[in-house]
Amino acid sequence: MKHLLKYREIWLLAGIVVLIGLISTRFPGFADPANLRQVFNDTSILMILALGQMVIILTRSIDLSMASNLCFTGMVVAMLNAAHPAIPIPALIVIALLVGLVLGAINGFLVWRLNIPSIVVTLGTLTIYRGATFVVSGGAWVNADQMSPDFINFQRTVLLGLPVLSWIAIAVIALFFLVMTRTALGRSIYAIGVNPTASVYAGIDVGRTKFIVFCISGMVGGLAGYLWISRYVIASVEVANGYELNIIAACVIGGISIAGGIGSVGGAVLGALFLGIISNALPVINISPFWQMAISGSAIILAVVLNARGERRQGRIILRKAEAA
Amino acid sequence: MTDTPAPRHIPDRLDRPLSSAIFSWETLLVVIAVLIFAVNSFASPYFLDPWSLSDLTFNFTEKGLIALAMALLIISGEIDLSVAAIVALASTMMGMAVQAGAGTPVLVAIGIAVGLGCGAFNGLLVTRLGLPSIVVTIGTMSLFRGIAFIILGDQAYKGYPESFAFFGQGYVWWVFSFELALFLVAALIYWFVLHRTSFGRRVFAIGNNPVACQFSGVRVDRIKFTLFCLTGLMSGIASVLITSRLGSTRPSIAQGYELEAITMVVLGGVSILGGAGSILGVVLAAFIMGLVTFGLGLLNVPGIVMSIFIGLLLIIVIALPIVWRRLRVGRFA
Repeated sequence: MKHLLKYREIWLLAGIVVLIGLISTRFPGFADPANLRQVFNDTSILMILALGQMVIILTRSIDLSMASNLCFTGMVVAMLNAAHPAIPIPALIVIALLVGLVLGAINGFLVWRLNIPSIVVTLGTLTIYRGATFVVSGGAWVNADQMSPDFINFQRTVLLGLPVLSWIAIAVIALFFLVMTRTALGRSIYAIGVNPTASVYAGIDVGRTKFIVFCISGMVGGLAGYLWISRYVIASVEVANGYELNIIAACVIGGISIAGGIGSVGGAVLGALFLGIISNALPVINISPFWQMAISGSAIILAVVLNARGERRQGRIILRKAEAA
Repeated sequence: MTDTPAPRHIPDRLDRPLSSAIFSWETLLVVIAVLIFAVNSFASPYFLDPWSLSDLTFNFTEKGLIALAMALLIISGEIDLSVAAIVALASTMMGMAVQAGAGTPVLVAIGIAVGLGCGAFNGLLVTRLGLPSIVVTIGTMSLFRGIAFIILGDQAYKGYPESFAFFGQGYVWWVFSFELALFLVAALIYWFVLHRTSFGRRVFAIGNNPVACQFSGVRVDRIKFTLFCLTGLMSGIASVLITSRLGSTRPSIAQGYELEAITMVVLGGVSILGGAGSILGVVLAAFIMGLVTFGLGLLNVPGIVMSIFIGLLLIIVIALPIVWRRLRVGRFA
């Protein structure tokens, strides 16, 4: 059973290795550990976001508002930093998490209490949160020279050979892995995706669990907001416009089934890495960056086709595992 | 819902938010439209002018055309997120044809054909391979717009022939633009198809229970394929209009239209879960979105702030009947 569970991730990993090999034939330095570390660091934010989206998709929901949440929270944190440079960075991160949590909780509340489909709720909040960014900022940008050096340099500090940004991503991955595989919440999330009705009979509060996953994705969006702004050192209303679909694309490539219940932390991470490698590789192998969109589009379609085959064979993972146990 | 009540009448909307005809979704939309209209005419002296109102319609006709076909698709339980990308690809192809010296009829044919082709591609992936449409069309959305980016890069196509400008800028009669006329005619056709033909009944039936339809002899996949083609076709037509109105093509053309078209459909009372909805609702929602955008524009409200209103409108209009029903049930239960 374990082998079957890891089947998809192993194939994706193999695909990534082949991809890196192919790129290396045209640009030998790409497979260099230093460069791969760089690619990992570049992809950190997308990986974090994809994990947040993963828990949502696993419960048969979708969160289209993540990029707008990122934009809003990033702007709030940047403005706070510009106005009060004395606030320490850890406090700002906590604020980012809290702001993101509130935005996620709004989504979750509407889905939980009013039973509005998540795609409708987050389609609405997608525009509302981005519009709110304009309202709080008055349309102005926060530029690099308004941000404190700590704000910009925190994630670039190198610890044990990796920048803090990479360490944050690793910590988030580890946390999600623990929650998804070692806690009742993680099992409930899978159970709801596989069979919501049976979950109710099993004593899982489906609505409340959905509320919690939206809170999680909100916090993830908030954290990514600070990381994004301090990485690209500009906060504006246009930040991460349309990025919500990249996040979903990473999940889909990572083998997370949009029908819910199927997917893993490893899949989401690898799916994000796949997109990150492509966007990093195109410039160095002299392919116009304009090709990136079409390539990731083709990758998504290919991934869905391949995943659909796999899903037919290994549908209800949890039930079979429970039977085997 | 416009049907005469018959003993074996099957409603278009199984789970009606408010069962009473007076409190139907369409009535709610009309009330909102009238309210916004009234507020606008008090707020700005320039609003109640035939030409202002005519300009207003350009805010929604193109997206509205897409929303009509999207409504059928969503009622059948599918979705198409690639519509804006189809617009971009069709526009890019028209731009290439212009560079090759094509005339207006050829341009229109190319725009519509590219749209139809893209829709058929989506339909094939969804029906032949049995893939979830939301994911497929996220993929084709990147693919179609990606192709436009590969072809155009950071360039733009210009130099469309003068006769081509009619579609997006011309007027049929007095203040009635070609775009508005086309939208109204298309709305009538879609209304007829959805509410007056067996094809329309099948679309509703598929949305409510595709498996039962399959066993009842309805060619579910063929109808879904047709709906994807229709959505592509409408996107192609919208592309002709937008390209003609702007007079140029960039690969970022019509960015974000897919979400606006879906907002129109959902605001119009179509259930995102499929199986329920009406064309009248979608048309009213299109007008409402046009009214809000244009009215706030006259008051110098920036576009991004308008989007807050559209988002709030979407959530409130969906939530209102639910809250109201809860309150009523709470009181009488």
